Amino acid sequence: MTLIRMNVNGSAKSLEIEPRVSLLDALRERLGVTGPKKGCDQGACGACTVLADGRRINACLALAIQYDGCQITTIEGVDHPLQEAFVRHDGFQCGYCTPGQICSAIGMLSEYEAGMPSAVTDSGGLGEAEIRERMSGNVCRCGAYNGIVGAIMDVAGSDAR
Amino acid sequence: MSIQTETTTDTAPYVGRPVERLDGPAKVSGQARFAAENHYPDMAYAALVHATIARGRIAAIDTAAACAVPDVIAVLTHENAPAMIPAPKLSLLDLSTVASATSVNYLATDEVHWNGQPVAVVVAETWETARHAASLVDLSYEELPAVVDFAAEAPNAVPERSMPLMPSKADKGKAAQALADAPFSVDLQFSTPPHNHNAIEPHATTAVWDGDQLTLHEPAQNIPWLRKHLAKRFGIPEEAVRIISPFVGGAFGGKSRAWPGVLIAAMAARATGRPVRLALTRAGVYHTVGGRTPSTQRVALGADAQGKLTALIHTSVSRTGRVGGMAEPITAASRHLYAVPNIHLSQRSVELDLLSNTFMRAPGEAIGTFALESAVDELAWRMGMDPIALRMLNEPDRDPAGGQRFTHRMLREAYTRGAENFGWHQRDPRAGARRDGPWLVGMGVATAYHPSMRMPASVTLRLHADGTVVMRCGMHEMGMGSATVQAQIVADEMGVPLASVHVEYGDSDLPPSAGAIGSVQTASVAAGVIAASTMLKRSLLTLARRAPGSPLRGRKLEDLQARDSGLHHPDGGQTYAEILSAAGRDHLEAAFKPSMLGFVARMAIDSRRWVTGASGAQFCEVRVNADTGEIRVSRWLGVFDVGTVINPRTAASQLRGGIIMGIGAALSEQTLIDGRTGRIMNPSLSEYHVPVHADIPHIDVDWLNEPDPTTPLGMHGIGEVGITGVAAAVANAIRHATGKRVVDLPITLDKLL
Ligand code: FES
Ligand code: FES
Repeated sequence: MTLIRMNVNGSAKSLEIEPRVSLLDALRERLGVTGPKKGCDQGACGACTVLADGRRINACLALAIQYDGCQITTIEGVDHPLQEAFVRHDGFQCGYCTPGQICSAIGMLSEYEAGMPSAVTDSGGLGEAEIRERMSGNVCRCGAYNGIVGAIMDVAGSDAR
Repeated sequence: MSIQTETTTDTAPYVGRPVERLDGPAKVSGQARFAAENHYPDMAYAALVHATIARGRIAAIDTAAACAVPDVIAVLTHENAPAMIPAPKLSLLDLSTVASATSVNYLATDEVHWNGQPVAVVVAETWETARHAASLVDLSYEELPAVVDFAAEAPNAVPERSMPLMPSKADKGKAAQALADAPFSVDLQFSTPPHNHNAIEPHATTAVWDGDQLTLHEPAQNIPWLRKHLAKRFGIPEEAVRIISPFVGGAFGGKSRAWPGVLIAAMAARATGRPVRLALTRAGVYHTVGGRTPSTQRVALGADAQGKLTALIHTSVSRTGRVGGMAEPITAASRHLYAVPNIHLSQRSVELDLLSNTFMRAPGEAIGTFALESAVDELAWRMGMDPIALRMLNEPDRDPAGGQRFTHRMLREAYTRGAENFGWHQRDPRAGARRDGPWLVGMGVATAYHPSMRMPASVTLRLHADGTVVMRCGMHEMGMGSATVQAQIVADEMGVPLASVHVEYGDSDLPPSAGAIGSVQTASVAAGVIAASTMLKRSLLTLARRAPGSPLRGRKLEDLQARDSGLHHPDGGQTYAEILSAAGRDHLEAAFKPSMLGFVARMAIDSRRWVTGASGAQFCEVRVNADTGEIRVSRWLGVFDVGTVINPRTAASQLRGGIIMGIGAALSEQTLIDGRTGRIMNPSLSEYHVPVHADIPHIDVDWLNEPDPTTPLGMHGIGEVGITGVAAAVANAIRHATGKRVVDLPITLDKLL
């Protein structure tokens, strides 16, 4: 057991935890923070995406002890125009991938702003192709992709371009 | 169809308006709680041990190492687990028997029937401990020969019985002779692989016993069936089972039956006296929840020199499991789509030593339309005809197989509108004629079809003195927007603002809904809402007429309008609040409970009189890289005839979701089964390729919005029609782009090189 301290959505948490516990399980099962979802537990779906010190990560692939001292933001701690835009654009159906999509989109927008390129970066602006490429780690089996891209375009159009 | 943001004032009518999802705010803020997100003090965690052979017996099972792990509470195997009552056999007299996913009595037998069958469960204080201990359970087997290779076994298939209520067979005229005599014909063999649902929420059960009372948090597509099934398996009354399922993280058919996880979770909770959470791993879902059958299909078409079809033969081979599964209506859509005098449709199947197949979005039709609609396209090529013109020419006036009339049929209009809006007329009819750099560009079309059905659903409406209406129905929300669309209907039927309607759903304590299967739920529950509203308004009128001086005295319900939260006549009316307060009541309730018997009788009569289905025209543009064979879907338009659309915003998402799953089936999805061991080789989201953002272009959907005269509010279910025809439209576009006809799904680039 190791003692770790994290700031989760603005509140300080300390946890006695085994080294093998993933950040996702620590959040969901130990801290009752169930916004981040488990879809695959192996980094293939993005449902577990959270922001660690502002960067998007798959919480299922992260061990909690690696994040000792970090600031973790999950969907519960997000207050962002994307949320309203997702509702307006119907960027989800069942809603299970949604917390991951939104956290991932927030992380993606700041990666873009910081000048990080993607595989399709060649032209100007954050267009649909760029968003699709950068969001492809977040699977939506309900197929709400059009709405998700629409919501991101909508929000990015005002503050990220 | 672009959806306008809802700006109109908050008054009826709401049906037809793109109302935002009522549960939207909960879903974008992390407040929506799914089944694995309910915590109990003292809760334990369970993990399954899966068999690693396809068929045989457990010779020995050694749990000592697992039991020795600190914090392990129990390791249950066939040697020590309490036996459940065996699963009921399928009976049409009790449709809840469809919930019996397999005939195996888990952990009560040493027999192994499929590779992946659960053979033990570990219960521990934490998930990590349970999973680790599960890996230490040591098994040895006596293996028996197993038949697991579908392709090898397909030649031995035997004729199969149709799925209940969904006929697939037909014989009319002399199809073989007509085919031989036809001046133009095609005769093609197709194959489609197994598919898995891959809802992003893995199945997860939280089971709690209180004496003989069982409470389950469980993602369920059919709460009443599951409840009945669990009651039978655990020997308790139905009322003793409570299923709570307010949010389901996608299902697509995969959460409609009692798969091993839910049963073993409940058993483990009872055996250990602890609340137990059993959340399946992604691989665990593949190993314990069935998927879509693979198929081989033959479609042969004969036509005269003008393109009039003279013969249609569609046959299929699919598979079930030796322990369960049932026919999927693969040739069913071929009953309804083309005016042909000579038709032969039949299905055969093989039984394999694999987990049961099960319903997955448009079972049968999704893959059957791939074969039929590819063959129709190929016939158009052979005849040098436009594929839309060929379809128009053969559009039937009555049901080709059964001779009944259609309640609603607008495929011609769908194709006309789609062709116009997709730019079909700019298409150069020659294959490979359009090139954009390295990309060959092609366009294809195909017809979508799914039958329209309903099942009984009970609905209670309660009107409160403050004018709010509470709708209670144990229906399921897996992303269709169930609560939102039903609230719209309640608001219209009762003439109240949408904000005054509260919908309670997803709980077995509520009046039983129809299952969210077969695209039946929305229309079925709507029928219940309409019936309950009528009852409620009748009771209100009765109350009002008793009050002296009521302007409603002497009025009949038929002469009144429900609007502005009251019953109104041009000469005057009363609000519900006034009626209730005059009668000294604080609420009034109406409960509609349909009779199953009456329902079945009605359905039998209707099916002889007419045929009802949702249909559509799918338009696809693909770009195929001439050097690498890479295939990208670049544009899509689906124009649907789905009757009245209740909510354009959620309907568009449903139809798009179907189309996207169809694109997955066309280009990338397949469950790979080792032909020697029967083991699924790609039980993960990294190796089973569902479409991701970068695979999907903007998908346009449109609908004709003409009500069907025989359905509640004129609507059809739309959960499944969207996926039908999609794989064929992609294959047909690829045929146009490259000149190559691919008959085996998925169409991966190697098939074009
Ligand atoms: S649960 Fe972490 S990526 Fe799927
Ligand atoms: S909304 Fe269901 S998986 Fe994305």
